[in-house]
Amino acid sequence: MERSVIDLWVGIFVALGIAALLFLALKAGNVDSIIKSEGYLVSAEFDNIGGLKAKAPVKSAGVIVGRVDNVSFSNQSLRAVVKLNLDKQFQFPKDSSASILTSGLLGDQFVGIDPGGALENLQDGDRVRITQSAIVLEKVIGQFLYGKMSEKNGD
Amino acid sequence: MTLFKTMLSKLGRKTIDSLWTLGVASTFIFRVIARSSIVIRRPNLLVAEMHFAGVLSLVIIIVSGLFVGLVLGLQGYETLKRYGSTGAVGTLVALSLVRELGPVVSALLFASRAGSAITAEIGIMKTTEQLSAMEMMAVDPYARVIAPMFWGGVLSMPLLAAIFSAMGIIGGYLITVVVIGVDSGAFWSQMQASVDFHHDILNGVIKSVVFGTAVSAISVYEGYASVPTAEGVSKAVTRTVVTSALAVLALDFVLTAFMFTGAH
Repeated sequence: MERSVIDLWVGIFVALGIAALLFLALKAGNVDSIIKSEGYLVSAEFDNIGGLKAKAPVKSAGVIVGRVDNVSFSNQSLRAVVKLNLDKQFQFPKDSSASILTSGLLGDQFVGIDPGGALENLQDGDRVRITQSAIVLEKVIGQFLYGKMSEKNGD
Repeated sequence: MTLFKTMLSKLGRKTIDSLWTLGVASTFIFRVIARSSIVIRRPNLLVAEMHFAGVLSLVIIIVSGLFVGLVLGLQGYETLKRYGSTGAVGTLVALSLVRELGPVVSALLFASRAGSAITAEIGIMKTTEQLSAMEMMAVDPYARVIAPMFWGGVLSMPLLAAIFSAMGIIGGYLITVVVIGVDSGAFWSQMQASVDFHHDILNGVIKSVVFGTAVSAISVYEGYASVPTAEGVSKAVTRTVVTSALAVLALDFVLTAFMFTGAH
């Protein structure tokens, strides 16, 4: 085959390959995940985090405002410490509260932030004071059954 | 006792032989890589090999990618329908293609389409003493023939895998959204929510580079090491396809174990 024809075909091949990669990155993948936007770290202590894992979304009013950076256990307070990586463009008042919620009945767990009313905003390294733990289904069912039983015994 | 002894020495012989082959293959590949500067000095050689390994594999890659995507979409839809979450079919198709099927299946196709051809070409050049003739003319066959073939394969493979994955996603889109009628918005948005650029797409590309290197190295080595007869070349071609397939699947397991386990 002629050299120029081969050159053309290889050019088409490489262009197709790059186009496929761009398609994967832009259409199939999450464009935001390519450019890591600047964030700030905020920590929150929970009595029980249920099944929360690193990289779980942090939502406020249903909008994803950040990701869980990591989950650890504090020896001092004997509670779970969750580091939240929040997007710089979203600012929350200092007295906002964090709770661990579940999407749907069996869905993944995420952290919900309810904004407070303070004038100052949360800064990098701050701690969210008001937290609400994950609802553990077994505990709820256990309490419900226990309540029912004590009700019957009372009769 | 003597039987036991002969069995043991056979085992020893086998071990030494396979280690020997591994050593020969490694020195061969290092020699090829050491001669790689020709790829930059004479890029038209590389372009010709990319045409041979890449462009001529395009049709099989595009068609198989499309069909794999169609099947994934259909099967995924049938399963997810039971749980009422058919919107997640986009996630299923994209993740399985980008992480596993794209790199692995295109590497297997690449080995049988381009790898076997590379082995056959080098093997026949050796059988007809073209490689020796080159050496007589002070042309280094490693630089002139083998290095461009190797690099042509290494560079073509990631592009082929990306095309395969993209075609698969388009196939999944066609069957689930266009034919069955899954919501197009849910298809794309759920896919975008779960496919991470670094974690999924980049790792898939790394996989395809590793597979491309492995398959190309096996193909050129088997061609060069083939017994210079018609039967020897045919055996070498078979060995290329079998060894490449095993190598790709084994490497895939190792890479997956490193990439996709742990926190996520």
